[in-house]
Parts: sequence; C-alpha cells; structure tokens
Amino acid sequence: MSRFLQRLLGLSGPQPPHSAHGLAAEAGTAPTHVPHKDYEGAKTGMWLFLFTELLLFGGLFLVYAVYRQMYTHEFHAAARELSRVLGVANTFVLLTSSLTMVLSVTALQRGDRRSALNTLFWTLFLAGAFLVIKAFEWGVKFSHGLYPGSEQLRELPLGEGLFFGLYFVMTGLHGFHVIVGMILLAVVARRVQDGRVHSGDFVLLENAGLYWHLVDLIWIFLLPLFYLTN
Amino acid sequence: MHEPHDTPQATGHAAHSAVAHSAVAHDDTAHAPQPYAVFIQTWLALMALTCVTVTASIWWPGAIGTAVAMVVTPVKAALVLLVFMHLNWEPAVFRWMFLSAVGIMAVFMGITFIDYLYR
Repeated sequence: MSRFLQRLLGLSGPQPPHSAHGLAAEAGTAPTHVPHKDYEGAKTGMWLFLFTELLLFGGLFLVYAVYRQMYTHEFHAAARELSRVLGVANTFVLLTSSLTMVLSVTALQRGDRRSALNTLFWTLFLAGAFLVIKAFEWGVKFSHGLYPGSEQLRELPLGEGLFFGLYFVMTGLHGFHVIVGMILLAVVARRVQDGRVHSGDFVLLENAGLYWHLVDLIWIFLLPLFYLTN
Repeated sequence: MHEPHDTPQATGHAAHSAVAHSAVAHDDTAHAPQPYAVFIQTWLALMALTCVTVTASIWWPGAIGTAVAMVVTPVKAALVLLVFMHLNWEPAVFRWMFLSAVGIMAVFMGITFIDYLYR
C-alpha cells in the first residue's frame, strides 16, 4: 500500500540509475547523475487516482440529485437550517488555499524554495481554518439535536432527514479529504524543506497540489447544493 | 544555467542537452511555469463568480438562483481544472482522460435519471 502510494505520488524509489537526461538535468540545479523519473507517468497516475475520487463523489452527487428531485420541497425546507455565511466563508478560504497551493508549485519550479515553503504553510493554515469553521458549523447543528442518528432527525419528514444525511456524509467525506490533504502537504513541505523535492524534481509537490485542487473542486459543487438551496 | 562539465566533450553534451530540452518542452509535461499573475487573476475570477452565485441565490431564491448556480459552478470548476490544475498546459491526452471520466459519470447519471423520471 505504502509503495503503491509512493509510486502514485511520484516519490522516488529504488530505480535503475539511468543517465540524467530528465528534468533535473534541464533545470540545472541538480547533481550530474539523478535517478530517472517518469514525470508524465507520475502525473498520469495521480490523475487516474483523482478520477476514482470523482466517481466516488459523483455517486453521492447522483444520490443527492435523485432525492432532491423526489423531495424538492423538503430539501429546500431543510437547507434553511444551514448557515449560508459559514458555507460561503469556507468557500473563500478554500479558493484562497488553492491559490497559495498553485503559487507554491510555481515558486518551486522557478527554484524559489523560500516562497514555495511560505505559500505551502499558508495553504496548511487555510486548510486548518476551513476545518475550524466546519467544526463550528457542525457543533451548532449538533447542539440543535441535528446529528447522524439523532432522535430529532428521525422525527423530521423523510425528505429532510435524507437532506441532512447527505449533508453529513458529503461534507464529512470532504472534510476527511481536507485532513488527508493536510497530512500530505505537511509531508511534502518537509521534503521541500530538506531539499528532497526541488526545482528539478517537483512532481511530488505538483501531485499533492492536484489532490488539493480536487478537494477545492468538490467543495465548489457542495456550496450550491447545500448552502445556497432555499 | 549551470553546466557541470567544462570539457570539449561537454560541449557536445550541452548541445545534445539543448536538443533534449526542446524535445521535452514540446512532447513532455514539463511545461514552463506560468507567471504568478495568471493564478492571482484566476483566483479573483473565482471569488467574483462565487459572489455572483451567492447574490443570485439571495435575490432570486428558487428557479433563477438555481439556474445561475448551474451555469456558474461548472465555469468555476473549469477555471480550477484548466489553470490551477494546469490542464490548459498539459498534453491533450490529460484533457481527454478527464473528459472520459466525466463522460462515464454523465452516462451513470443519465441512465439513473431515465429510470427515476419515467418509472
């Protein structure tokens, strides 16, 4: 599993020492001999993984679409319970974190490690801010007796119960992805710091960035489905 | 650019390296970094589009607000994919791969809806 993930993320493993015609040699910052890396292959692997993520969330979007079509009125009534302000605030936070992420990749490509690390830390900070806002939002719901399996939720009309079920599952699964993304970014930040990821070999940072942008992408769809529906 | 060798042999290597470089630039995914401004402008557009969706949902709750969200949200997604996720500068195969994944999802959704709407 670990090896699979390492390959997926483009981590260098024990590979035959081919001559350095790769990217490292082009960038001019690398030593004369670097292990051959399949840059395009690493990125293709990441995209294939992202497609499975798309289909995972796609299934949930499909369930949402069918039930919203069946219980339109109940979905609109239940959505009034959600805080539009917190949903939109988290959208701004996540969009900004996506910006700092892509800036980090660009900075490292240019050999500017300090900027790359700074923007990476900003991304981590914003990801943390997203989770704090999310925790606050869920906390308010819980204090109103709205949590998975609660008595109050069971007494609601079926359509409203389904809406809250989907709300907790989809934002919860997304929140889990945010946590995974933060761990991944922290690992990559460490590697950028100690120079194992650098301007000649940055595909790990780029793939981590792709994952982070996917998290942002999914939230872009969650916002209108849950927070702007009333 | 720092060239590690400084021998006559290395001149040949450098020339070869230059050839390899142009080949990489055209055939591989090693696209040159974009200016920071491209990403900052995209971010501004994403923030503005979010404001449009939110404002529409407040001013015209219901059908119009939903319609605006259904138009603007895919535009935002496309901006993230093309600019932040670099699809715009990747070889075409990456865009085709992405479109096939979305196409598969669309087929699932289409078939499911045919079932639910006409049963």
